[in-house]
Amino acid sequence: MAVNKIVSRFDEAVADIHDAAVLLIGGFGGPGECPSYLIAAVARKAVKNLTIVGNSGGWGPQLIDVLRTRMAVLLRIPPDWYDPGLLVERDQVRKGILSFPAAPAHIYTPFEKAVMDGKVELELIGQGSLSERMRAAKGGIAAFYTPVGVGTIVEEGKEVREFDGRKHLLEMALKGDYSLVRAYKADRYGNLVYRGSSRTFNATMAGASTVTIAEVDEVVEPGALDPEHIVTPGVYVQRVVVRPREPRPWDEPM
Amino acid sequence: MPGERLDEQTMALRVAKEFQDGMVVNLGVGIPTLCSNFVPPEKEIIFQSENGILGFGPIVTDPDEADENLINAGVQPVQPKPGMAVFDHAESFVMIRGGHIDLAVLGALEVSERGDLANYTLPGKQVGSFGGGQDLAFCAKRVVVVMTHTTREGKPKIIKELTSPTTAPACVDFIVTDIATIEVTDQGLLLKETAPGWTAEDIQALTEAQLRVAPDLKEIALL
Repeated sequence: MAVNKIVSRFDEAVADIHDAAVLLIGGFGGPGECPSYLIAAVARKAVKNLTIVGNSGGWGPQLIDVLRTRMAVLLRIPPDWYDPGLLVERDQVRKGILSFPAAPAHIYTPFEKAVMDGKVELELIGQGSLSERMRAAKGGIAAFYTPVGVGTIVEEGKEVREFDGRKHLLEMALKGDYSLVRAYKADRYGNLVYRGSSRTFNATMAGASTVTIAEVDEVVEPGALDPEHIVTPGVYVQRVVVRPREPRPWDEPM
Repeated sequence: MPGERLDEQTMALRVAKEFQDGMVVNLGVGIPTLCSNFVPPEKEIIFQSENGILGFGPIVTDPDEADENLINAGVQPVQPKPGMAVFDHAESFVMIRGGHIDLAVLGALEVSERGDLANYTLPGKQVGSFGGGQDLAFCAKRVVVVMTHTTREGKPKIIKELTSPTTAPACVDFIVTDIATIEVTDQGLLLKETAPGWTAEDIQALTEAQLRVAPDLKEIALL
């Protein structure tokens, strides 16, 4: 039977995500690289006690509306940007392993508020160690030593070892149950290509979980993607689901 | 009576004088981002942004030309540029951790006399954000901090021991403020330049850490 990783509905793509799952959620901090419809489907499924892993814990719907106005002179923010803040605001998250949970200045993200209210646990980690921990998981590396974080809160509870006169921390691989990633095009084998700066954590997380689900703009026939240009080989991807052509509200089954 | 304090644009202009032709430079969010506006035409600088782009162009100022799939780490849309490369996050930090970034320009809350950097928290906030700044502070070949010399309340930010949580110990090489430039040396802080109208004594009075004065102390060039 022909390999076919294409799933027709977002609700079907996330159907087996369970309470207390560890979700590696792609994206960085803007709308273009965010797996919005996968996040929306997880919100609809209303699973609880999730651990979310990623750059930020999201802005959430209210702050996204604020950003839409504030950033209008720079970037038009689409109506269908749903980020991990949606899951946090709906009390679906128990823990975050994040690099950028706190907003700059006197804005408070939903995750920040949840930390202050004692509702979530935070493991703060810089982007370099976070991304390498996921790459390690993807590549079967149990742990690695990095100089980053020595002499800071990141060192707490970690083995310190000196190499060439410089102290390093032992950082453990970080494997998810599900990676939710956003890509540009896919084929039925799960091969993915991205656009511009949207590779970011998406391509890093693809393959770093037991199941990787890719939200894509377009599915193309095998062969349409130049093998020389495939960024994520299909072996790392278990499911592919296509974004709607027109923006849809997050709470509408699809 | 000391002179005026430099505005953000002028501080950014001063930082940009540290750029050498062909350097790979990462700019943090805030004043550091402004530095890209002051690259002299005879120099080519390759800007890296930790979300996964290298060699991009200026920040887009017209939303009609903005591409949500070409943003910098401050989530500002940037222009593509011939020779640009894109990559994923793990690769971006292989680049950073591996020492392939010549210069990182970062903002700061505080810098200690040993060059310890504090910049991942905000006063009064319980939760901080490292972003990519910690890796840059630890691993860039040279780290330049740009910040106001004192807090809004007038308290020194260049101090003996950090009072805010440490981002990276002994990582800062050079500090550009709104009244001075200071090099971090093995013998402590060396005052290199002063803003027009400011004396070394004026600057020491706003600096908790002890400054040595460079024998060739100069005024910061404003052009």
